[in-house]
Amino acid sequence: MTPPGFLRRFMGRPTVIAIPYGWLGLFFLVPFLIVLTISLSTADTSLTPPFTPLIDWVDHKALQVVLNLGNYMFLFSDDLYVVAYLNSLKTAAISTFFCLLIGYPMAYAMARADKGIRPILLMMVILPFWTSFLIRIYAWMGILNNNGLLNNLLLWLGVISEPLPLMNTPTAVYIGIVYTYLPFMILPLYSTLEKMDLSLLEAAADLGCRPLRAFWLITLPLSLPGMIAGSMLVFIPVVGEFVVPELLGGPETLMIGNVLWAEFFSNRDWPLASAVAVAMLLLLVAPIMLLQRSQGGSPHARGGH
Amino acid sequence: MPNPSSATASPRSLGGVSGQRVQPWRDPSAKPMIQIQEVRKTFGDFVAVDGVSVDIFPGELFALLGGSGCGKTTLLRMLAGFETPTEGRILIDGQDMATVPPYARPVNMMFQSYALFPHMSVEQNVGFGLRMDGVSKAEIATRVAEQLDLVQMGSFAKRRPHQLSGGQRQRVALARSLIKRPKVLLLDEPLGALDKKLREQTQLELLNIQSKVGITFVIVTHDQEEAMTLADRISVMDRGRIQQLGTPAEIYEFPQNRFVANFIGSVNLFEATLAVDEPDRAELDCPDFGGRIHVGHGVTGTVGMVFSVAVRPEKIRMSRKPLADLPNQMQGIIKQIVYLGDISIYFIAVGGGKQVRVTQPNLDRWAEGEFTWEDRVHIGWAADGGVVLAQ
Repeated sequence: MTPPGFLRRFMGRPTVIAIPYGWLGLFFLVPFLIVLTISLSTADTSLTPPFTPLIDWVDHKALQVVLNLGNYMFLFSDDLYVVAYLNSLKTAAISTFFCLLIGYPMAYAMARADKGIRPILLMMVILPFWTSFLIRIYAWMGILNNNGLLNNLLLWLGVISEPLPLMNTPTAVYIGIVYTYLPFMILPLYSTLEKMDLSLLEAAADLGCRPLRAFWLITLPLSLPGMIAGSMLVFIPVVGEFVVPELLGGPETLMIGNVLWAEFFSNRDWPLASAVAVAMLLLLVAPIMLLQRSQGGSPHARGGH
Repeated sequence: MPNPSSATASPRSLGGVSGQRVQPWRDPSAKPMIQIQEVRKTFGDFVAVDGVSVDIFPGELFALLGGSGCGKTTLLRMLAGFETPTEGRILIDGQDMATVPPYARPVNMMFQSYALFPHMSVEQNVGFGLRMDGVSKAEIATRVAEQLDLVQMGSFAKRRPHQLSGGQRQRVALARSLIKRPKVLLLDEPLGALDKKLREQTQLELLNIQSKVGITFVIVTHDQEEAMTLADRISVMDRGRIQQLGTPAEIYEFPQNRFVANFIGSVNLFEATLAVDEPDRAELDCPDFGGRIHVGHGVTGTVGMVFSVAVRPEKIRMSRKPLADLPNQMQGIIKQIVYLGDISIYFIAVGGGKQVRVTQPNLDRWAEGEFTWEDRVHIGWAADGGVVLAQ
């Protein structure tokens, strides 16, 4: 059955290309523009929604556009926001580092494992996604509590005599974040390492290179695209992370996601919350562009074929 | 059994390049560079290499020839140290390689995929081996430049592998594997990825380079033409075993069994029963051919035994008149003609119903053609034109 002519005309290439663009426009660009306009308006809790409109008809004759830049100014005047931003960046950087440190050996072992068990190992990395993220973080609360699993185990083993204060500390936040984001580091690393031409390592050995040095000179540089992709996939969302510091963190683990939540829901200051969000987005543009370059332009990724 | 003396008694040394070279394997006092002794390699139930023994001499260009899965690549990888023999020993320059890891062996390999490091420039690729040996930067630079000149890639030093053509990559891979002046260079299908014209040109260059550097070359190939052009000696392999070992001319003119006869070049095989067997001649009854086949050598066997007589297509003469001077001759009808420019291949149906393949050089420029389809012709070959092979 062929569709009638007029239908066929709309089902060609342009349609296929238009669908993702339409999707991005509708669900990314439009919401972003809404957030941007809200960030430029003035808070007014007596209104619903609680801000003054950007564009207004005054006396049925004048089009009044009020751009309120005060929200952005305020971000710099109160060091709460600057501290939260810096803390988010620091948390993201340290978490990314630990994800890389733990994820690389795991991805390497998976990529060099027997072909038959690779799908099983891959499944084990993805498996936690089948359980709700929130439940898994609550489980960590049970583990890290003063009378939680970890402390009880250490007490029972006699390693410690007093429970370690883990809950509501930066350590707990790092544990939670690294645990949550590790798969995002492992998967791109695995795919780069698995694609690697192993005859390159044979060639290196043939030319007198010992295995450890061959890893350093061949495997590591060739897996750089995977390391960059994985790091971006961890770093970017961790900057905006809200749930883990909220549930596992304490007062010192203030991140920009928590500030945003507080402004939005506790203070009902939508314009300020939107300004925080826009500023966070700008902060993330640089790493996102880095990610795109690592995936698109690198000659390493394409190899010699 | 065919007369074993027939192969060694060959009076002529044919084969373009190999004919002019020294033949150390004929010298009992020569010291081999590589000794492969009763080597066997199994992967699970699969026997990849099954009891191979061969000595390869310094400066020799040795080819391992065979189809896919014949064990030639496994044997090469055992020489490089990427695989360990299940049984047997490999000695290089007198030293047992059993416990020597790949990075410590005095051999270098040129990989089939070239295996150039994609994140390094041509220069860095070629210099890699010297860098591993801790050679000074200045010396690496000089020797890399020399080596690149040898393969005519001097102007490409700063390029990355992905910016090179297949032929250029092949040269870089060769330069990289030669720079350490190994005792042995292993080449895994070195010209496989190149097109025909480039391959022929590169073959000659490879020979040139080999005679300049004087390193022992071991080449793995599935291409008989490549093996015949390059090698001093060829070892034809099948199912993990060496089927025949000899110079290109020996292997072509005196195949020891049906596999070798079929694998190298094309051949007419006639099934025949031994009728007369004398020390210097034999006669075999061949219903396929429709008569008796005369052979110029004695046959090890008893009267009544069945053999195959192998006759190369170019050894057969073809004429409109009877070929009275030839002991083996027959009438037939041309059923098919394949024109290849330099030669033509004729398929001629003979009395016994068999189609005989005959090639004729096209000495004159094609006018109307001397022979055409359905022509009745006489074909024949001399008594020493065929080889008797065991079934």
